[in-house]
Amino acid sequence: MQLSNRSTRILQPAKRWFVYLSLFLALFLNYVPFGDIPWVPDWVALVLAFWCIREPLYIGMGTGFVLGLIVDIGHASAIGQHALAYVVLAFLANTLSRRIMWFPALLQALHVLPMLLAAQAVMVGARMFAQPGAAFPGWDHFLSSIAGVVLWLPLTYLLLLPQFQPVDRDENRPI
Amino acid sequence: MLSSDFQTHPVFKRGVAPHIRLFAYVAICVVMMVADLRFHYLTTLQDWLSVIVYPIRDIAAQPANLIGNTTGYFSNLQDWRAEKETLLQRKKEDTEKLLFIKELEQENDRLRGLLKMAKRVKTYSVTATVQYRAPDPYSRKVILDLGARELFDIQDPTRLVLDQGKQSGITHGWPVVDTDGLIGQITRVYPIQSEVTLITDRNQAVAVKVERTGQPGVVFGTGQGQLELRNVRSDPDIGPGDRLVTSGLDGLFVPGIPVATVDAVEPPKVNDIFPRIVCTPIGGVERSANVLVLSRAELPPMPPKPETGDPPPPPRPNEPDEADEED
Repeated sequence: MQLSNRSTRILQPAKRWFVYLSLFLALFLNYVPFGDIPWVPDWVALVLAFWCIREPLYIGMGTGFVLGLIVDIGHASAIGQHALAYVVLAFLANTLSRRIMWFPALLQALHVLPMLLAAQAVMVGARMFAQPGAAFPGWDHFLSSIAGVVLWLPLTYLLLLPQFQPVDRDENRPI
Repeated sequence: MLSSDFQTHPVFKRGVAPHIRLFAYVAICVVMMVADLRFHYLTTLQDWLSVIVYPIRDIAAQPANLIGNTTGYFSNLQDWRAEKETLLQRKKEDTEKLLFIKELEQENDRLRGLLKMAKRVKTYSVTATVQYRAPDPYSRKVILDLGARELFDIQDPTRLVLDQGKQSGITHGWPVVDTDGLIGQITRVYPIQSEVTLITDRNQAVAVKVERTGQPGVVFGTGQGQLELRNVRSDPDIGPGDRLVTSGLDGLFVPGIPVATVDAVEPPKVNDIFPRIVCTPIGGVERSANVLVLSRAELPPMPPKPETGDPPPPPRPNEPDEADEED
């Protein structure tokens, strides 16, 4: 595991419990009531995309589906709405993961932006299709994806923090 | 070497192809959405998931509650004084009205008895708190802290009881009001919470009448905080300032709850016969924190069965939740 495939530093492998813990914390953040603010990022989508790119072998569409159902209940939206968006997002992230891993974090963010936007567009489209009277939430709804992408760089370092630990622990060195 | 001896090396095993998995998941999701939105199935799944989700959501709401409580604590003393003044003033006004209401009720009952009319609908109510606005941007909904578990006594609705029996729990279809007027209708009941669709939601319709003339109509939400009285002709005099109250024709809402005030009547467009009547809700829709859930003490009588083969005229506005309530 490396920071990107061009980096020379080899990181520790990701621990599964940490992956699931971070997804759970994202779920928790998604439930924090922010009211009407449109630029609050969809934390679950962001962390899910991150792990789908880093660990495509065991985080994928199944995880996205389950997380989506839980988010749907909490947001009082139609069952399957977020699940659909996360499944599409996980598919895109898994498929593009080999490519994205060759880029540094900033350019990775540029790849993630269309993925998040596509997931949101799928959600809006599906909702309008399944419920003809549903109100279009407005274009500023898509600001949340842009806010998420801005957070990509700090998020990368935050979520990879446990993997930066050296193999032989040194008592005098914290990380 | 027999071909059965040959096995794929585990490195190359990747399971079902991703495209096929994507297709399967998308199909499941779309079916679920349509089943939920159009046919209101999947309630058991929702109940189960909501119980799992509730504790997480409750903890997640704590920071916001803390901020709300602290700002409330440090808020201006003058605001509190002003609020107290208005409440006292209102109490005075209400007392005056209440003095006569008892007498009027008795008189009404006697007159109704003389005319052999049906008794007025008895109602009971429970107080509830709005926990938060549902973050779904496609609709206007809030979540109440009352659910199906919280059963209460019909005789004494202020007393919550927690065992089954003669008592009744919250059911979907009931109106939700605040101190000024109608704000919404219960559309989904979870074990611990329930969901209220506000009257400003685009899919919410309320059967109303104009208070002054008694002209019936159906008011729809616009999704932007306003209401619209649709399919009412312009010749009955409806003008700005007219109040709309629930008509009770839907068989669910108690007649006479204030709903909205007419803002403007725009003349019909070229290809249209009905004017556009824009109204503002009277109740603090999207603002109220403390609300009342109202219900009739008994269900209204079933509509009479048609004797001929003709289909009966639609007795109520086209609202899926109310249709559910009848069975």
